[in-house]
Amino acid sequence: MTQETSRTGERVAVTEAAAAQLRRLRRRNGPLMFHQSGGCCDGSSPMCFPDGDFITSDADVLLGDLAVAGEGDDEAFTVPVWMSREQFQLWSHTHLTIDLVKGRGAGFSLEAPDGVRFLIRSRLLTAAGEPGELSGPVSCELPPG
Amino acid sequence: MTVYAVPGSDGSAMTYAERYDHWIGGEWVPPASGEYFENPSPVTGQTFTEVARGTAADIERALDAAHAAAPAWGRTSVAARSVILNKIADRIEQNLEAIAVAETWDNGKPVRECLAADIPLVVDHLRYFAGVVRAQEGGISQIDDDTVAYHFHEPLGVVGQIIPWNFPILMAIWKLAPALAAGNCVVLKPAEQTPASIMFLVGLIGDLLPPGVVNIVNGFGVEAGKPLASNPRIRKIAFTGETTTGRLIMQYASQNLIPVTLELGGKSPNVFFEDVASARDDFYDKALEGFTMFALNSGEVCTCPSRALIQSSIYDAFLGDAVERTKAIVQGNPLDTATMIGAQASNDQLEKILSYIDIGKQEGARLVTGGERADLGGELAGGYYVTPTIFEGDNSMRIFQEEIFGPVLAVTRFDGVDDALKIANDTLYGLGAGVWSRNIHTAYRMGRGIQAGRVWTNNYHAYPAHAAFGGYKSSGIGRENHKMMLDHYQQTKNLLVSYSTSKLGFF
Repeated sequence: MTQETSRTGERVAVTEAAAAQLRRLRRRNGPLMFHQSGGCCDGSSPMCFPDGDFITSDADVLLGDLAVAGEGDDEAFTVPVWMSREQFQLWSHTHLTIDLVKGRGAGFSLEAPDGVRFLIRSRLLTAAGEPGELSGPVSCELPPG
Repeated sequence: MTVYAVPGSDGSAMTYAERYDHWIGGEWVPPASGEYFENPSPVTGQTFTEVARGTAADIERALDAAHAAAPAWGRTSVAARSVILNKIADRIEQNLEAIAVAETWDNGKPVRECLAADIPLVVDHLRYFAGVVRAQEGGISQIDDDTVAYHFHEPLGVVGQIIPWNFPILMAIWKLAPALAAGNCVVLKPAEQTPASIMFLVGLIGDLLPPGVVNIVNGFGVEAGKPLASNPRIRKIAFTGETTTGRLIMQYASQNLIPVTLELGGKSPNVFFEDVASARDDFYDKALEGFTMFALNSGEVCTCPSRALIQSSIYDAFLGDAVERTKAIVQGNPLDTATMIGAQASNDQLEKILSYIDIGKQEGARLVTGGERADLGGELAGGYYVTPTIFEGDNSMRIFQEEIFGPVLAVTRFDGVDDALKIANDTLYGLGAGVWSRNIHTAYRMGRGIQAGRVWTNNYHAYPAHAAFGGYKSSGIGRENHKMMLDHYQQTKNLLVSYSTSKLGFF
């Protein structure tokens, strides 16, 4: 795994390799979003779409915005990362880093034609200052239980 | 035991073409973009063919062909369609070895599974729908003495189907056989991980179908799958895959007001009650095999029994025996009929499995066996192999809650039926489950209590055509297999006929 650009207090981060791919995709597709999948085949993969192509709702939570630094002619930008609310209840104790590996395809995610796949790497949220629950401007309240 | 030669080499059962175009309107059609993508074999990691990189233009051309064929195909007698499906089944049966080797080379699965399961099931599913469509009847309802409601089955027309990579040919036939039997024309997109074996298949059987009835467009999801799933010219979309894409496909379907069939995976519990171990007999041996079924198809099955729940009173002894059975799994060249577990289907799948083994360890699950990438050396060194892996832990851990789609089993214990049901149902998914008990009352209560579309009782991973398959909860919508599948590909036409000569009297 390459160096991740995580900051204390965030629950999602992105590696340099993934950030470089996001810059390429943004040049082609405009603003982007992630929705973390679950289930069969390519499930458990973060799916990258043109922002708004996947309709989020009260059934989803926003985990945070990935900050992708500017480089060359590319200005800095952010990419929101979503997950279904029911899935988040099972993932909430882990920090997620979006990485990039060589690979082939996953649903309708934008990076597949480039021969690469976004991949989630996880670690436990145990460090001081890390959120146990979502909070702040990127949060959604979770239902009790 | 047999080791099949590598496709294309001397003595091989089959040879892949160097390049595959789309199959549209009964002929090979180059992609509109002129572009192709490389297709590696998971067995070696080496590219063995290139495949057309489809785009919206190719999907539209395939839909043109399908719409041109649909009116005549929909009017074909069920007897005629049945004959065609049976001929396809016969042709596949005659070429079973070649197709099995092709499937292994494209997907990485052990050829023993292709020979004994995948391809024989393909043949049987075709024959099942060839037969059952002829037994299907409409309905007549006598509304009153002079009024009759006639119910006819009519095909939907042109439908879209998106196929997963874990059983490339079998999953294609699961969707194609009922759709064709019901009189529909199809535009089908294979998975980009496994685009080749189905093209080899269509090269064998393509002449048996009228042009345009089946059209196959390869390509990436975003470039070819999306233009198909969101297309207003299809009357239904069927998809097997994961939840995010499933939701996205439903969003597209809602915009076009068309139905969907979704099969979105699971995290299936395999529950072993203490009476399983009351004797060390054939049934005990069968139950141990049932436990080890998590490694079937390298764990790349939506219904992989990826959670084993063992009753506390037998936990240590049963798990000990089951681990021994797991360690006896032979991993090796997938073209060797002695090999029990082959390669994962792609590099990113391998990476994902390893990332789950990592989070399993971080969460404190105890690694019992396996847990690493396997280097099989030689020509297989570049392939994507994982050793069968067993973790012990708690059902709240992510390895107990997420479908890893690899040979990774999460084991925990339970006390009694209520506890077993609670753990079994503590999941987002509800596709499959297994229950093992010599007690019919326990087995029945568990089978009815588990929230899943199929509960294998004292067996696992059987997929007969005459048993309905599909999910509860987040595992999807609709069913596959069984006669009821015909309904998923049919409209109901009601003729409401009055035989009365008297007016109603309103006007």
